Amino acid sequence: MQFMLLFSRQGKLRLQKWYVPLSDKEKKKITRELVQTVLARKPKMCSFLEWRDLKIVYKRYASLYFCCAIEDQDNELITLEIIHRYVELLDKYFGSVCELDIIFNFEKAYFILDEFLLGGEAQETSKKNVLKAIEQADLLQEVRLGGGLFFLGFNSFH
Amino acid sequence: RMPAPIRLRELIRTIRTARTQAEEREMIQKECAAIRSSFREEDNTYRCRNVAKLLYMHMLGYPAHFGQLECLKLIASQKFTDKRIGYLGAMLLLDERQDVHLLMTNCIKNDLNHSTQYVQGLALCTLGCMGSAEMCRDLAGEVEKLLKTSNSYLRKKAALCAVHVIRKVPELMEMFLPATKNLLSEKNHGVLHTSVVLITEMCERSPDMLTHFRKLVPQLVRILKNLIMSGYSPEHDVSGISDPFLQVRILRLLRILGKGDDDSSEAMNDILAQVATNTETSKNVGNAILYETVLTIMDIKSESGLRVLAINILGRFLLNNDKNIRYVALTSLLKTVQTDHNAVQRHRSTIVDCLKDLDVRAMELSFALVNGNNIRGMMKELLYFLDSCDPEFKADCASGVFLAAEKFAPSKRWHIDTIMRVLTTAGSYVRDDCVPNLIQLITNSSEMHAYTVQRLYKALLDDISQQPLVQVSSWCMGEYGDLLLSGQCEEEEPIQVSEDEVLDVLEGVLISNLSSPVTRGYALTAIMKLSTRFSSVNRIKRVVSIYGSSIDVELQQRAVEYNALFKKYDHMRAALLERMPVMEKTAANGPTEIVQTNGEAEPSVLDVKHVPSAPQPSVQANDLLDLLSGNDMVPVIPTTVPTKPASAGGELLDLLGDLSLTVSISQPPFLLDGISSQPLFNDAAAGIPPMTAYNKNGLKIDFTFERSNSNPNVAVITIHASNSTEADMTDFVFQAAVPKTFQLQLLSPSSNVVPALNKGTITQVVKVLNPQKQQLRMRIKLTYNHRGSSVQDLAEVNNFPTQSWQ
Repeated sequence: MQFMLLFSRQGKLRLQKWYVPLSDKEKKKITRELVQTVLARKPKMCSFLEWRDLKIVYKRYASLYFCCAIEDQDNELITLEIIHRYVELLDKYFGSVCELDIIFNFEKAYFILDEFLLGGEAQETSKKNVLKAIEQADLLQEVRLGGGLFFLGFNSFH
Repeated sequence: RMPAPIRLRELIRTIRTARTQAEEREMIQKECAAIRSSFREEDNTYRCRNVAKLLYMHMLGYPAHFGQLECLKLIASQKFTDKRIGYLGAMLLLDERQDVHLLMTNCIKNDLNHSTQYVQGLALCTLGCMGSAEMCRDLAGEVEKLLKTSNSYLRKKAALCAVHVIRKVPELMEMFLPATKNLLSEKNHGVLHTSVVLITEMCERSPDMLTHFRKLVPQLVRILKNLIMSGYSPEHDVSGISDPFLQVRILRLLRILGKGDDDSSEAMNDILAQVATNTETSKNVGNAILYETVLTIMDIKSESGLRVLAINILGRFLLNNDKNIRYVALTSLLKTVQTDHNAVQRHRSTIVDCLKDLDVRAMELSFALVNGNNIRGMMKELLYFLDSCDPEFKADCASGVFLAAEKFAPSKRWHIDTIMRVLTTAGSYVRDDCVPNLIQLITNSSEMHAYTVQRLYKALLDDISQQPLVQVSSWCMGEYGDLLLSGQCEEEEPIQVSEDEVLDVLEGVLISNLSSPVTRGYALTAIMKLSTRFSSVNRIKRVVSIYGSSIDVELQQRAVEYNALFKKYDHMRAALLERMPVMEKTAANGPTEIVQTNGEAEPSVLDVKHVPSAPQPSVQANDLLDLLSGNDMVPVIPTTVPTKPASAGGELLDLLGDLSLTVSISQPPFLLDGISSQPLFNDAAAGIPPMTAYNKNGLKIDFTFERSNSNPNVAVITIHASNSTEADMTDFVFQAAVPKTFQLQLLSPSSNVVPALNKGTITQVVKVLNPQKQQLRMRIKLTYNHRGSSVQDLAEVNNFPTQSWQ
């Protein structure tokens, strides 16, 4: 996968994950063009389209479009499953996820994505394991690393 | 001290209340200013919050580069929250073009060795997502270490990170090889999946690696088998299928390993058959696996039964309600239609059904499957497609229809009808280069001329907006306008039309705003041609003279030349504007010189078949003497194609011996000079001017030239014999002889009657091989019957243009 974009039906970007190095300007251009292209698609059209030298796989979930750019040798149908798995993860994490969850907790959406995909490929195929890792990582947010909350009081004496 | 910066969610809420873009911008600017001050204060507590807010604003499209260094500071922090946001910020705001990203390297290195696996995970993720080549080089060792850890959480991430490192710095691939040794023995699916991805990457990049990893085929087959056979595994189940992601990746790796290798292909044959037959097809996930399986079967050396199985799966896909499935089926079938043509043919009707979806892939496939047996039925469907498809595809479809029709037309009538159908319904989408091809086709279907011109005329009455249609119609009307008037039409009810009506239509095209400059050129030339077919010469003269002052330079030039044809060169007019001969299509496919962009007039039509030379006296005494000797002339035997009288060698010896010579050296007349257009058809090649070789007693023989495509030493000459007397010349035979250093080949002539009053020509192709590039000279002998007596004449031809032999 080269990149994944999440955007609303009004074309507002909600998440952008790039797995190829591009300048900010290029990213903006691609985003603009692709959003326009996908939003122009009629409902009865299929989920795949050829764009530049890439294959675009997109699917709409409620008010959000999930859009991935894959390479020629990648499997479009399994990419749809990847998208679906990501949505399931978000759904489990947020409890009946909706667009607002992703707007207000965009950083969490990224964290979940980064536990599921790495470098554009799936790193974990078990839903349970991804969610467990996120859960554990979230717990770490309370803790100071390296010293441990446990020792903090003792150190501050000196 | 400044108040605490507002929280992220509060900022999001506030910004969302903005009612206009301007209002939003104002809020953003205000907040950015606050964040900047906060950064300046080097406030550790709120750095994380501020960067997070910055990332939100960045997503809205606002600049956030001033936060880059802050991300680095967050990454270096000991708080996990800081690191999380810091790394996220790095991935969003930093890119490898900026030097600042290198400052991350040390942090990442430390974090790769952190005691907490989630921190290590962050580092691996960031490196694997956006690490530059330098970073990868610095940190490859750390990644390799982690690839060997027993911690599966880290191992799986390290594998994908290694993939990224290899993509960035391919030379480092070798160092990861040892670590791959027992990757596939892992039970953990995450590790298995990422390992397969890593091995795939290595195999794709290095043939040596590929050979090395082939030994894994049995193991991969086993893993795949377990996935299929094992019972329900809740952790990896997707709609009853166990870990489809892993299955697909294994199938893909098997494809790479089996390609071109008999043993590997055989080893995977059974499992592929098993997957192909046992996978549940009711949902997308099963079809995803089947799809990958089909791709693998088609790529490796599978037995034919398996290949048929694969194509049948694709055939079933075509019947699926899910259009995504139909899409991948069509894409795959397109790839296999050349190699497994017969198998794909069996699914033709299903494919044709997909034309109703207006999918262009179905169109491409359909064209690939058209043959002589199915052409009628297929064409119906393809024409429907042409009518209904997206304009983007109409040009390709039209071209495809023409090509298929040309190859498989069951009859000429059908062929012409099909062309007409396309021109009238999709005429404006037809490619410009189709026009000359169509004209050529029409010309060569001589028995259909009357029918064709009638239909084209009627089409123009309805609509003159579609340029390709108008161009073809104009050309035909100019060429066959006499047939239109004659009321002879076998194929359908002949129409009654007068000369004026025909000229009205052509003039209408000339005047219309809808006509492109190129089209106007066609129309003007057509009108001009009718001056030898119609009697309304005065009207035509009037039109032509009007355009002599046209603003359009191209039209003006033509008009001026045509005017000259009426005045000074009227004696040539009939010959010049004669019926076009049947055209030979060369390997170069003829009129590819025509380049038309945006309707700009690259003059595309010039029907001047041959230009007579204005005879001028010459003073070339030496040449004359050479020729008179005759000794260096070599007799030539024309190639025999039955029906024509072949000249035996004996007769040709008559050519040797003294001749009375009239030498004329051709000066290209202004007519040729003035014409800047490129030749349209094969009878006037790029640059070599035509010439008159003989003109006596009403018999005129013109030569036109082409270079042979295959041999630059061969000049291809087409002779055109015409007869201006009132009686036909029958039993006409043309013979030629050339000096010894040349070789000559005569192909069979188009007929042996030169009709009276320039009503037609005999054409014959003469090929001259001139390896020594000597000046071309020829002696010709003409025999024919005229007005009851037999005529014979000999002549020298010396006025060959230099380009024909140099």
